[in-house]
Amino acid sequence: MQLNCPLVNQVLKGFIRDELSKAGFHRVVVGLSGGIDSAVSCFLAARALGPENVLAVMMPYRTSSPESLSDARAVVEALGVKSEIVEITSIVDGYFEAQSRANSLRRGNAMARARMIVLFDKSMEFNALVLGTSNKTELLLGYGTLFGDMASSINPIGDLYKADIFKLARYLQVPQSILDKKPTADLWAGQSDEDELGFTYAEVDELLHELIDRRVSRRELLEKGFKRDFVQLVVNKIRGSQFKRRGPVVCKLSPRSVSHDFHYLRDWGM
Amino acid sequence: MAHFITLPSRCRTRRAVAESPLRGLGCLARRFFRVLASFVPELTLTGKFTVALAQVSPKLGLLSENLQLHLDTIRRAQSEGADLVVFPELSLTGYILQDLVPDVAIDPLNAPSLQPLLQGCKDIACVFGFVEVSDRYNYYNAAAYVSEGRIRHVHRKLYLPTYGMFDEMRFFAMGESLRTVPTPFGPLGLLICEDLWHPSTLYLHVQDGARVVVTLSSSPGRGVRTNEGFQTSQGWETLLKALSQFYTVYNLYANRAGIEDGAYFPGGSMVVSPVGEVVARSQTSGEDLVLAELDLDEIRRARLFTPVLRDERLDLTLRELTRIVHQRSQS
Repeated sequence: MQLNCPLVNQVLKGFIRDELSKAGFHRVVVGLSGGIDSAVSCFLAARALGPENVLAVMMPYRTSSPESLSDARAVVEALGVKSEIVEITSIVDGYFEAQSRANSLRRGNAMARARMIVLFDKSMEFNALVLGTSNKTELLLGYGTLFGDMASSINPIGDLYKADIFKLARYLQVPQSILDKKPTADLWAGQSDEDELGFTYAEVDELLHELIDRRVSRRELLEKGFKRDFVQLVVNKIRGSQFKRRGPVVCKLSPRSVSHDFHYLRDWGM
Repeated sequence: MAHFITLPSRCRTRRAVAESPLRGLGCLARRFFRVLASFVPELTLTGKFTVALAQVSPKLGLLSENLQLHLDTIRRAQSEGADLVVFPELSLTGYILQDLVPDVAIDPLNAPSLQPLLQGCKDIACVFGFVEVSDRYNYYNAAAYVSEGRIRHVHRKLYLPTYGMFDEMRFFAMGESLRTVPTPFGPLGLLICEDLWHPSTLYLHVQDGARVVVTLSSSPGRGVRTNEGFQTSQGWETLLKALSQFYTVYNLYANRAGIEDGAYFPGGSMVVSPVGEVVARSQTSGEDLVLAELDLDEIRRARLFTPVLRDERLDLTLRELTRIVHQRSQS
């Protein structure tokens, strides 16, 4: 899967500038995890808007890996963007004090949502919009927390697979330590995206590109050598997470209803 | 019957840079030549004129702001010596209108809001895109040709893309006819975006006498996996070059700039000669105004070397089409 990085870079910078200015903004807030997705979003924003118009917020939890913070700091230093550290431990632990039976999934979701609260609050303070950091692979597989890391105002990387993110990151000269490490949500110690998903990004990106972008049929996929069980697993993940890619379902009662037949772009009148 | 005479020649292609101090004189001279030309029918087959492709980024649903954008651009094109300025599809309204369609629709026969634009086109011809409402309350994705302060022709988009990211048939009615319009530049054909992807439209325009065909477009860029820009932009260029060569006409393509809800319009407006060469092209991002001189003698020469139009067999095409239509209706 080739990617025209200069073109993508030019288009995404234009996208960030244009969608922001139409909404009356010229600044963004971005949550920096130390991972490659938020690093790429932050690089694009800094190059599009100037580093003074980007606030990178690092939001460690007490179990977060120290490397995550140092990698996030490397992005801040490379770009010269504004930055802030907001610990989310007290927010998350404060809630779970009375929820002693919560498992790691509930805790992980709460961490993602605590970060969302911080980012949207900081966006008010900084007079900015929240920049998204979810890539196309995650969006399609539903590998993200609804109203957590999936929440943003504009998302420059939502139509790029993880493999594309790596290519673009190299093009943008994202720090090497970030390019080299294994992708992780870092919600608990030793977590790895690929271990948790049960397949590698390289495998699934190839399949998603065929299935979604090229609309290759199931029969053709098998002929191309994709394993039947793997295809089924991925299709199930896509179908099972459709709710995360849609707004809440509204019951239709009137002749014209929000979310059914009220068709206006967000850029209406901009 | 429209006629044209050779105007003082200008450089072949150039980008608009500054206002000419002789603008008023130039306009007077052009008007004089046009009036003179109307008495000299034999000169209709030759002549040079300058077109400006206005690669603008209209605001979604804001008619008055977009009207001002048109006025400013027309003035600028005129000061650069353009005889014809071409705007993109739905240039007065923005593209992904959806439920805004009835709110921005205009009846071209009764449109006081258009008066400033028409007044601005007294000494320059203009093609712009708008939403037309008919007396049957149908809404059309339309394009108007304006000259000497009046709308001379309206083309209603014939092919409304309703697939993938497009949903036009939900909001617009389909146009039902295709006519060239007489202009000082000879018969002119108008098409809107998807129309050109049905080469029968260009075929009909050319058979109807068109020497210059204008395609207004709001085509979002898609496909970033080759080294050559958007895959869709490459598709347009291939199409325009091939069709210009096949039909030995000038094709003027005006695509818009800007973004609507993440749909990125990459511009890439261009003028393609009757031998399929790109003689002027705009930037592939952002607003731009690109000028090109068209020479009707290029068409004459192209048709001498490749007389495919002379040899075209309309009866054969019509006969076989009639048979195919009949057979389809039987199956």
